[in-house]
Amino acid sequence: MSDILVKIRDLHFSRGDRKIFDGLSLDIPRKGITAIMGPSGTGKTTLLKLIGGQLTPDQGTIEVDGLNVHQLSTRKLFELRQRMGMLFQSGALLTDLSVFENVAYPLREHTKLSDAMIRHLVLLKLNAVGLRGAADLMPSELSGGMSRRVALARAIALDPMMIMYDEPFTGQDPISKGVLVSLISELNSALNICSIVVSHDVPDTLSISDHVHFISAGKIVESGSPETLENSKSAWTLQFIHGDADGPVPFHYPANPILDDLYMDGK
Amino acid sequence: MFGGLIDRIQYIGAETLRSFQRLGRASVFLLEVIASCADLVLKPTLLIKQLYSVGVQTLIIIVVAGLFVGMVMALQSYYALVDFGAEDSVGVMVALSLLRELGPVVTALLFAGRAGSALTAEIGLMKATEQLSGMEMMAVNPMRRIVAPRFMAGVISMPLLATIFSAVGVLGAYVVVVQLLGLDSGAFWSQPQNKVDLYLDIYNGLIKSVAFGFVASWIAVFEGYDCIPTSEGLGQATTRTVVHSSLAILFMDFILTALMFSK
Repeated sequence: MSDILVKIRDLHFSRGDRKIFDGLSLDIPRKGITAIMGPSGTGKTTLLKLIGGQLTPDQGTIEVDGLNVHQLSTRKLFELRQRMGMLFQSGALLTDLSVFENVAYPLREHTKLSDAMIRHLVLLKLNAVGLRGAADLMPSELSGGMSRRVALARAIALDPMMIMYDEPFTGQDPISKGVLVSLISELNSALNICSIVVSHDVPDTLSISDHVHFISAGKIVESGSPETLENSKSAWTLQFIHGDADGPVPFHYPANPILDDLYMDGK
Repeated sequence: MFGGLIDRIQYIGAETLRSFQRLGRASVFLLEVIASCADLVLKPTLLIKQLYSVGVQTLIIIVVAGLFVGMVMALQSYYALVDFGAEDSVGVMVALSLLRELGPVVTALLFAGRAGSALTAEIGLMKATEQLSGMEMMAVNPMRRIVAPRFMAGVISMPLLATIFSAVGVLGAYVVVVQLLGLDSGAFWSQPQNKVDLYLDIYNGLIKSVAFGFVASWIAVFEGYDCIPTSEGLGQATTRTVVHSSLAILFMDFILTALMFSK
């Protein structure tokens, strides 16, 4: 079995006239937490949707566990997705089902387990995210952080080989964020699987990642372990890590010289 | 001047192309939905839940509307016919109008407004909140679990609702002309008994209501599934459901009436 779980080669993808990926290639190992980071709008979420087969690239290939995602039949793709978990930014819980039923949903759909067994599994998964006591609540009664934890319990319901996290820390208060950070890290080591975290939250993501890829303008800017990237010589990487307002990513949107614009009337 | 004219022609061309693209997408979508309906045999609970929210919860508006439509028609036809001494025909007139036209059409219009718009809003909101995406990533086809049960529930509910509408309408007419205006009860019932034909009137009305239910449900689920997942996009999709369904129902009614009742 190869050590590489996700292999992306020469990926091109556009939305309308806007190029999102322009020849992106990267490997994601079978074990450990891989972070994919970059400024907003660089297509990090799009990358997860491409890996999950929800979008089709214009050019290039994406292989997951040796299978070319975009050449699979619908049935094979769905079989592959049963081995992938995904945590959406919003949680994406089914609002007409209780917390318990949300976590039970993939089990009911894909297994023939008895109700008693499903109950056990669901409670164990909910316990793992600390929400066993919230099993009877409805999604509308949960806070944003709790929704994500329930969604995480649902994502691990079928014991997947990988979990994709789409901006798991966005909009969370410090405590919820801390809970999610430790949950992602603990689940990954307990289940010994591949976690892909897409985020622009630098300190939290770097603190738990084993491998990091920075993407900008459709390409990989730099890759490596968090330590090597913190000592990077790339001005772009340093600007991103330290959050400097100006640098290779300029503060000003491209424009004419200011004097030209100010004195246009006098021309 | 020509520039403006060419712009306008281009605009019309682009809009026409877009409409046909959408129609194409909607047709492919319909085929997928119909193919997904087979699954409902294995999971009847999904269908039963939707029959409740699409059918049963639409019942009140259908019963109330049916009652008043029947009562008004009875009043109007009574006053028109009584001058000719033909008031005995009120029963058959109301029954035929309801069974052939008003039952299917008014029910379908109310159905599009009450259930169709709710279906669009529900599916659209599920799309906007990534619930549909989430299902896809759980290897569950939302076509089978979300769209097909709602579509099928619409197709099954519509003829039942139209039948109830017509039945309640006739009862409303009975109350007005027999109980309030004093027409003979035997006269009221005997003419419909003789003149309403099972095939020509009742079955044709049922065929109409099935056709309207099919189209209204199709439009509703497609608009929800295809909407732009923003609050504005969802609002537009809900409006389009009601407008397009209503126009399609009225247009189809004309075509079906011409086909069924031409001599």
